[in-house]
Amino acid sequence: METASFWGRVRRSEAASGLALISPTALYAILLLAAPLVTVVLYSFAQSEQGKIIWDFSLDNYIRIWSAPNVQLIMLRSLTVAASVTLATVLLAYPVAYFVSFHVAPSKKSLWLFLITIPFWTSYIIRVFLWKGIILGYNGVINTVLMGIGITDEPLQAINYNAGAMVMTLAHAYAPFAILPIFVSLEKIDRSLLEAGQDLGESRMMTFWRVTLPLSMAGVIAAVLIVFIPTIGDYVTPDLIGGGKVPMIANMIEVQMLKQNNKALGSAIAVTAMLIVCVVSIVFLLLNRRFLSGQK
Amino acid sequence: MKFPALKTYAVVYLIFLYAPIVLLPVFAFNDSKVIAFPLSGFTTEWFTQMWGDQQLFNAVKNSAIIAVSSAVIATSLGVFAARASTRFQFPYKAGIMGLIMLPMVLPEMIISMSMLVVLLAVGIPLSLFTIIMGHVLITTPFAVAILSSAFQSLDKSLEEAAYDLGETPLSTFRLIILPLVMPGIVSSLLICFTISIDEFIIAYFLGGNQTVLSVYIYGQFRFPAKVPSILALGTILVALSIVLLSIAEYFRRRGIAKTGAKDTGGFL
Repeated sequence: METASFWGRVRRSEAASGLALISPTALYAILLLAAPLVTVVLYSFAQSEQGKIIWDFSLDNYIRIWSAPNVQLIMLRSLTVAASVTLATVLLAYPVAYFVSFHVAPSKKSLWLFLITIPFWTSYIIRVFLWKGIILGYNGVINTVLMGIGITDEPLQAINYNAGAMVMTLAHAYAPFAILPIFVSLEKIDRSLLEAGQDLGESRMMTFWRVTLPLSMAGVIAAVLIVFIPTIGDYVTPDLIGGGKVPMIANMIEVQMLKQNNKALGSAIAVTAMLIVCVVSIVFLLLNRRFLSGQK
Repeated sequence: MKFPALKTYAVVYLIFLYAPIVLLPVFAFNDSKVIAFPLSGFTTEWFTQMWGDQQLFNAVKNSAIIAVSSAVIATSLGVFAARASTRFQFPYKAGIMGLIMLPMVLPEMIISMSMLVVLLAVGIPLSLFTIIMGHVLITTPFAVAILSSAFQSLDKSLEEAAYDLGETPLSTFRLIILPLVMPGIVSSLLICFTISIDEFIIAYFLGGNQTVLSVYIYGQFRFPAKVPSILALGTILVALSIVLLSIAEYFRRRGIAKTGAKDTGGFL
């Protein structure tokens, strides 16, 4: 009797119902995401010999990575490319998010958002292919335009296969990712604050600078992180647009893991990449913490 | 319309976003092996050529199996997580939800490599099944995001009324909650299907020697002669994505209208 009522209480308790309900999804994520990530971290401290893992705890892999000039170069390049893509995407996205939030009739807002997100849902590989072949190619749109307006006489060879082309392709791919969080934070702004600003004699520009922008910074910060993190780990664009000549972190992980079959070293590179992303994100959040406090 | 400059910018931005997708059918119907302006004439030859490719049919079949399975499993897992997180308070909620949503921001390369390491260590052979495992992992966060907004807009008093009238939790879920969130479920299924069909990295690294659609396309990059028929294939894929997304959007809006909530915008 005693135990029955105990179990009855447990079953009715909110915590138990919640945990029971979420357990299938949580277990899936633990087994297929958390466990593999932990394995990679463990591998990074082990050694690979002829494709076999030897459990010999050491920091050798990390020392090898950090002292290799080509690894440093690739890490630095990945950071630069990801930072440029993030800067371009967020700067270009902000006015669009602002326009949709402040100047589009409420009934039309979801149509605009839908139009903005559609390209994001179409095949990434097809879009990269289009950039490579049609827009940046030897006979592509950019060369045609450049020759048409007389800037060059013959097609430029070099617009493919470089970091600039990669930045453009990636900035195009991640554009909607930047617009949505900024839009959400702009939507949350109490419009009467803006009127108050103007009533108190601020110009339209100053109201934007001193009221709207600081209040929407939470969205900008979210946009920065949501673009920066996947971009730094992108594999397809460096492989296809860069033509393998300008590898980034993901390409280096592939080479070590599969082509060299050195799982331990590959794991160490993956962990290093994740650490760099974490450090950059935390530093960025700390730098902007004044915009995040007091909101929610 | 106080800011025509801003509107012009937004329209130019949309054109920039859509430029590649608009150029795609232009060249898919262009009568030339070389992808370049000026256009030389209309042809459907590339579509015919694509249709005759046996490898492609195989890839389409594999992709369809994977996308349907992933969509169904991810949406089911999404229902559990979305219902739990919107209805109940429980310990470690933020941590658990954070882990479930993590694949949305984690680079796919990291996900596929860490899964690959474990699959090889455990000795599970790479196949369509392992791709499904990966795709379920990356589509679940999207399912949770869509379904959470569906569950969030539910009025709790409807559920309480059902209990008062003698329904069990299970029958309440089936009779009251499920019909109300059905549009969200349909929308989630379509979005997960679209993501899975288009996904490349996991399919490439976890597929073993099985080829799916995106991997097939990637493989054709090396053959310049195949480019026009890939453009034809891309045209069909992009059209399919847009149709599925429009249906998903329709169901999402209907779901919001059904529960009487205010529409707050897009999918994410």
